[in-house]
Amino acid sequence: MLRDITIGQYYPSNSIVHQLDPRVKLMTTLVYILSLFIFRNLASFVVITIVLFAMIKLSKVPFGYIIRGLKAILIILIITAIFNLFLTPGKPLVEFWIFKITQEGLKNAGFMTVRLTYLILGSSILTLTTTPNQLTDGMEKALRPLNKIHVPVHEISMIMSIALRFIPILVEETDKIMKAQIARGADFESGNLIKKAKAMIPLLVPLFISAFRRANDLALAMEARCYKGGEGRTKMKPLKYKKRDAITYVVIAGYFIGIIALGRI
Amino acid sequence: MSIILDKINYIYSEKTAYERQALQQVSLKIEDGEFIGIIGHTGSGKSTLIQHLNGLLQPTSGSIYYNGQDIYDEDYNKKELRSKVGLVFQYPEHQLFETTIFADVCFGPRNQGLSKKEAELRAFSALRSVGLSEEYWYQSPFELSGGQKRRVAIAGVLAMKPEVLVLDEPTAGLDPKGRDEILEQIAQMHQKLNMTIILVSHSMEDVAKYVNRIIVMNQGSIMLEGTPKEVFQHYQELEAVGLAAPQVTYLMQELFGMGIPVDRKASTLEEAKASILQVFANRE
Repeated sequence: MLRDITIGQYYPSNSIVHQLDPRVKLMTTLVYILSLFIFRNLASFVVITIVLFAMIKLSKVPFGYIIRGLKAILIILIITAIFNLFLTPGKPLVEFWIFKITQEGLKNAGFMTVRLTYLILGSSILTLTTTPNQLTDGMEKALRPLNKIHVPVHEISMIMSIALRFIPILVEETDKIMKAQIARGADFESGNLIKKAKAMIPLLVPLFISAFRRANDLALAMEARCYKGGEGRTKMKPLKYKKRDAITYVVIAGYFIGIIALGRI
Repeated sequence: MSIILDKINYIYSEKTAYERQALQQVSLKIEDGEFIGIIGHTGSGKSTLIQHLNGLLQPTSGSIYYNGQDIYDEDYNKKELRSKVGLVFQYPEHQLFETTIFADVCFGPRNQGLSKKEAELRAFSALRSVGLSEEYWYQSPFELSGGQKRRVAIAGVLAMKPEVLVLDEPTAGLDPKGRDEILEQIAQMHQKLNMTIILVSHSMEDVAKYVNRIIVMNQGSIMLEGTPKEVFQHYQELEAVGLAAPQVTYLMQELFGMGIPVDRKASTLEEAKASILQVFANRE
């Protein structure tokens, strides 16, 4: 049940997308998200769809795996669609009682659903093809200029990489404690809301304690290995741009200009 | 009264990139009152196997019968099964959560629907049988030492009065003294309370002394099965998969190889001593 979370889950493979520099992938994702919010007509929708599916194909991640990320936002999707459908003013198409569906509403609901769905699918590709380590590495390098205005870039990326690293550990821990309490007769499923909330105590208390214990151990281990922040710290595998990264930059620049141009038609 | 496992297969994360077969065609019969040791390397499937015994995991294929009833039948009462087959996980002290030790031990019996008084009586005798002295009972479980915490956690399962007690590496991370004490206590419970006990371990020495049957797991299937004496005769096969027979087995095998007529099946220190003394007695 807990294994359905795809955020931060890496899918091992050696596709071209996996091999790209994480900075390139971050930039691509950013441009892709921007393009989702500036497109307004069918032509750009077609282009974005083609690009998205080409990316999925290139990443060699099974489609079913990417789709799984949508489960989490299904309710948000439905709510957004309903609100847009009924609450957009404009030319009415269907009218009954106090509800009316307008042409603009239908269009908005459609576009909004597509936007959110594509947003999740596209960003899933980033997290599925990039290990958390690569991701924070890329982020650190890309944001390095901010160091000049005293943004603690290294510290932020370290916090992020530790947080990401801990997600699977805590998921596993939760699973283990849950099983141990079920073995002692705990019941996490039945009963009303209050009863369910109360049943969480035997799970949450040990989980918090274990999270603190792990954090403490990790801090000690880092100190024992002379960790003292980002200053003067070098990398074992420094990020270096390759030819394919340059090509990708050109492709996404072209894509972005194309989307803007299509939006003006 | 018995537990029967019939051709159990279990596959983790089926149909994903992380798919891994953890159990392969495991068949097993556990009789009432047995003291069984399950031995195997890390990742050999021992922990996965025992989670099937009380229905926490459902096998990908195969069936499990408890006292003749299929535990995966839809109308089978799993909650009742879990109070009959008590499972103590690895590092069970990580599951403690109550404000006092006594309250934590009451958690299981309360979940069984017993009255407060009844639950307290159960907790009382459970804490007694794990040998935790009374001065600790109303302290926070987080103030105890590792070994004591583990006793509390074992008591938490014992208080449910299970017919079968399954312990996953109950001695992991304990010092030699704490390890011996816990194992001794478990052996006592087996005798006094007449429980079926299944002890999971990766140390042959731990189990050789106490159990009547050893099951050796390797890569998800049962590799060897029998009394400690029978299993340790295959010490070369055990070594091939990274396990080892107790040191005393090696000594006796070597002595026997040198032409000294000792009993090479001796698996505990006491037996070896008796056998060696016997040789000397015969000489005179």
